[in-house]
Amino acid sequence: MLNGLWLIPALPFAAFVLLAAAGKRMPHPAVAAIGTAGTGLSAVLALLVGFDYALRPPAGNAFVQTLWTWMAAGGFTPEISLCLDALSAVMIATVTVVGFFILLYSTEHMAGEEGYSRFFAYMNLFVGSMLTLVLADNLLLLYLGWEGVGLCSYLLIGFWYRDVANVRAANKAFIVTRVGDTALALGLIVLFAHFDTLSIRDILARSPDRWLQGSGPAAWAALLLLGGAVGKSAQLPLQVWLPDAMAGPSPVSALIHAATMVAAGVYLVARMHGIFTLAPEVQALVAVLGAVTLLLAAASALAQSDIKRVLAWSTISQIGYMFLALGVGAWSAAVFHFATHAFFKALLFLGAGVVIAALGDEHDLHRMGGLRRELPLTFWSFLAGAASLAALPLVTAGFYSKDLILYQAFASPQGSPWLWAAGLAGAFLTGLYTFRMVFLVFFGKAGLPVIRKPGVAVSISLVVFSFFALTVGFLQMPALIAPVTVFSDFLSRTLPVLPVVAVSPATEILLLLDALIAPLIGASAAWWLTLRRPGFTARIERSRAGSALHRFWLAGWGFDALYETLVVRPFVRMARLNRDDVLDLFYGGLAWCASRLSYRLCRTQSGSVRRYALGVLAGAVIALGLVAWFKEFP
Amino acid sequence: MILAWITFIPFAGGLAAWAAARRGARPARWISVAALAADLALLLWLGAAGRESGAETYAVVRLPWIPSLGVGFELAMDGLSFLLVLLTVFLGLAAVLASWTGIERETGFFHFNLLAALTGIIGVFVAADLFLFYFFWELMLVPMYFLIALWGHERRRYAAVKFFLFTQLGGLAMLAAILALFFLHGRMTGDYTFQLRQLVGTPLSPGEARLILAGFLAAFLVKLPAVPFHTWLPDAHTEAPTAGSVILAGLLLKTGAYGILRFAVPLCPEAAAEFAPAAMVIAVIGILYGAVLAFAQRDIKRLVAYTSVSHMGFVLLGIFAWNEIALQGALIQVLCHGVSTGALFILCGALQERTGTRDLERMGGLWNSAPRMGGMWLFFALAALGLPGMGNFVGEFLVLLGAWRASVPLTVLAALGLVVSTVYAVWMVQKTFFGLNASNWRIPDLGVRETTSLCALMAVILWIGLYPGPFLNTARDSLANLREAAHAVLEAQSAPAAGGDHDRP
Repeated sequence: MLNGLWLIPALPFAAFVLLAAAGKRMPHPAVAAIGTAGTGLSAVLALLVGFDYALRPPAGNAFVQTLWTWMAAGGFTPEISLCLDALSAVMIATVTVVGFFILLYSTEHMAGEEGYSRFFAYMNLFVGSMLTLVLADNLLLLYLGWEGVGLCSYLLIGFWYRDVANVRAANKAFIVTRVGDTALALGLIVLFAHFDTLSIRDILARSPDRWLQGSGPAAWAALLLLGGAVGKSAQLPLQVWLPDAMAGPSPVSALIHAATMVAAGVYLVARMHGIFTLAPEVQALVAVLGAVTLLLAAASALAQSDIKRVLAWSTISQIGYMFLALGVGAWSAAVFHFATHAFFKALLFLGAGVVIAALGDEHDLHRMGGLRRELPLTFWSFLAGAASLAALPLVTAGFYSKDLILYQAFASPQGSPWLWAAGLAGAFLTGLYTFRMVFLVFFGKAGLPVIRKPGVAVSISLVVFSFFALTVGFLQMPALIAPVTVFSDFLSRTLPVLPVVAVSPATEILLLLDALIAPLIGASAAWWLTLRRPGFTARIERSRAGSALHRFWLAGWGFDALYETLVVRPFVRMARLNRDDVLDLFYGGLAWCASRLSYRLCRTQSGSVRRYALGVLAGAVIALGLVAWFKEFP
Repeated sequence: MILAWITFIPFAGGLAAWAAARRGARPARWISVAALAADLALLLWLGAAGRESGAETYAVVRLPWIPSLGVGFELAMDGLSFLLVLLTVFLGLAAVLASWTGIERETGFFHFNLLAALTGIIGVFVAADLFLFYFFWELMLVPMYFLIALWGHERRRYAAVKFFLFTQLGGLAMLAAILALFFLHGRMTGDYTFQLRQLVGTPLSPGEARLILAGFLAAFLVKLPAVPFHTWLPDAHTEAPTAGSVILAGLLLKTGAYGILRFAVPLCPEAAAEFAPAAMVIAVIGILYGAVLAFAQRDIKRLVAYTSVSHMGFVLLGIFAWNEIALQGALIQVLCHGVSTGALFILCGALQERTGTRDLERMGGLWNSAPRMGGMWLFFALAALGLPGMGNFVGEFLVLLGAWRASVPLTVLAALGLVVSTVYAVWMVQKTFFGLNASNWRIPDLGVRETTSLCALMAVILWIGLYPGPFLNTARDSLANLREAAHAVLEAQSAPAAGGDHDRP
């Protein structure tokens, strides 16, 4: 079974090639069939391989399949080889399953779109690249997948290419993430310079012997890897591309935010955990970045009125939680939150897509309302997703993964009450912004009329995702509720287990209670502010301080404006100013001098015989002088 | 003898095409295609035979030419030369196909010039005699001048003269260096010869070596081009007809890189080692400066031309880092830049033929009417920004990896080029195929002929991107030999000097 590993990324790639080459001439049902089959078969295979791996673990808990040597130059011999271990098994299962249902949803949601086949081609390329990224056995192949998902996000964000705003958003996503990618590329070079290999397993195995904890090269390598991770995962300071990325179709947002792209950074840090362990300062930086990002993004989500922007900021915030977990060494907690997040965030974006399409491409929360009667299925599934995002206790997946992170942020040796407090404040804010969105969209007065209702494929996807969004959490539960640790046990085959500092039972109960209550308070506050006392909210927003803060958060803490003035505009102005290449002035000047000189010399050709005679005489004198001179100095 | 055939078949084909043009353009085009196809077949056969035999050089030709002056007709082909000649014939074929409809005036003379330039380029890549090398160096220049001056666009005269002056001045400096080397070697050994294998290892005083290296580099850095000697390039590339741009960017620039590798460094290794830090600085400046200028351009061919300045910076960086990884990277970059930029110029030509403009501000939204062309444009733009999976990435990454050992700060700066290249790449896609179709363009999509030739170029980029093994293996021995030759000279020169020091006290 494991020998079929290569087919998992190959199938979506094959679907891409087929659709890119001939998709335009195919009827839409054929395009949909190929588009879903590529990822669907890959999902089936990923699950089979995953179960096979779980039941019959290979030697060393890793199965490696080498396809061919990519390149070989002077001792640099990266291979095209795939590695299946517990981490990649979780990743491929999540990516393919989430990807498949998003594609199923798209067959209906994107019906009638111009570029139907282009859409499915890109989506499959996206899934294939992500699978390459998580299965790669060496960092260079990982980098191939890494750039591949960047490319696909660019192509899909700019899917409706006629609108320049979409193209700008796509360019922004590509360029900003590419800044991070360049850091990652340099990180790879540093690692190769010290280990003479880019094989992930070799580097992790050798690094503890090669580098002392806290040594310079380790810190640099970790920092450069982190640079790549914050770019792809939209963390501070490179988070600016993600809110604009919702310019693409809703299924694209679902794929970017849930299973592919933004998860890549989390995966990279988890995968290279050994390097981060050797660089404690950088690892602490990961935690701090995560904590700050999760708070900033949650505040921004609160101020948005575009439904997809709320979700986009919520993604940044939730990835912040994952970084927080990574930063305190809670590797498997981060991956667990990734998995639950993948399901509920995909669900929310797909639900938002239904809502947006139902109201005739309306994104504004304030023009929606009362949709729970018109779109009951969408309402219940969106509610499931929202509850999971807000981490409503006990019945949702998000609760279990977030509680794990909060607990470990407190109890880990690298943890601190501050990090825990930031996470808890974030949990409150998450409840608040999530349910503000739910109440505005589905409750209250009816807004715009519904013009399109979801069909079978969309409904199936919503129901399946709802199921997962509620139940995936039962794989891992706090000891106080039920001692289930299936997920972390499985991951412990690959990722080190966090040595938790012992906390007293009272503290443990208190921590759990806090995690239980914070989202509930947030959700109730949302109810009070949006449904019970909307006038109060409006008054706050109208007050001077309130409106200033609102605008500041709406604009994502002004990062865009900052980069615009500090980087983008100076760069463009400088480039445009030098459009004609200042260096050419020198050669132009030479040419000008030559032509002036020639003009002057031409004027000596005046026709005046006396001048000519003078010229001849002068020439003769000079020539004779030279002869005399050289006779003296042979 | 087969090498001489490979070198002169294009020239003969060009003459035949010129003669046949009296019966119309079609025979001229088909004769050119046939000549290049035959050349390609011969070359592939030679390559296969060469690999089988396992010898270092695939083929050698040694004939007396002007024995009284020590000038021989001496050609030699090793793996490095083989790859570059392969690139030449392959791109030559693409260039002929690309001018199928664009060239209507004087088709015969056009094809003669095109194929004569190819012979010059092939000659440069296989010449093993410095006089012959100079001969071929000039041979590729003159037809190129005519191609620009006669079939070019609006400012073709200006561009052609500028191109001619820049390269000619560089060439003269090189001639002086060659003659100096000839006389120095002759005076020392009594053997007045232009043979490269005799001249390598000529003991030179540091001053002489510096001057000779300067002469060679004057020619090669102008051709490459390195900032600040690059300003002929945007004009020449922009004003040349499509086939001219393909040959300029895809092949002519590579002769500069080849010259440094084959002649400049092995002949004066010490001076080259001295100059290496400066060369790497120039290279990094070129990478960044070219990329920023590319982004600023409004003329689409000028944009692509400046990307060449940026990409050839990587080649220069790789060459002067002078370790195996970096050299392999530089070679792959040479091959892939040739193919991908050639393809971009073919597409620029196709765009100009259909829209009648090269102004980016007047294009936009073309995807809808020409999706296949858009896909190709996107593909080669991605190749230009060095997306993994494409050959250009292999080249750039190997160069960076190798350059890291030579200089960390310069490598970091060069890596910034990856970001700026993304900026111009997305810009050139946005301004052409994406965005609003404000001018209401309705252009025909690529035809069968264009699609086929571009697909072939695409396949090569993907091949090198995913499995560069055959290319790396082919060049490995040649590059190792060049490095060994240089090291041998360095050691030989440092040994007696050290010995001399011991004797003195």
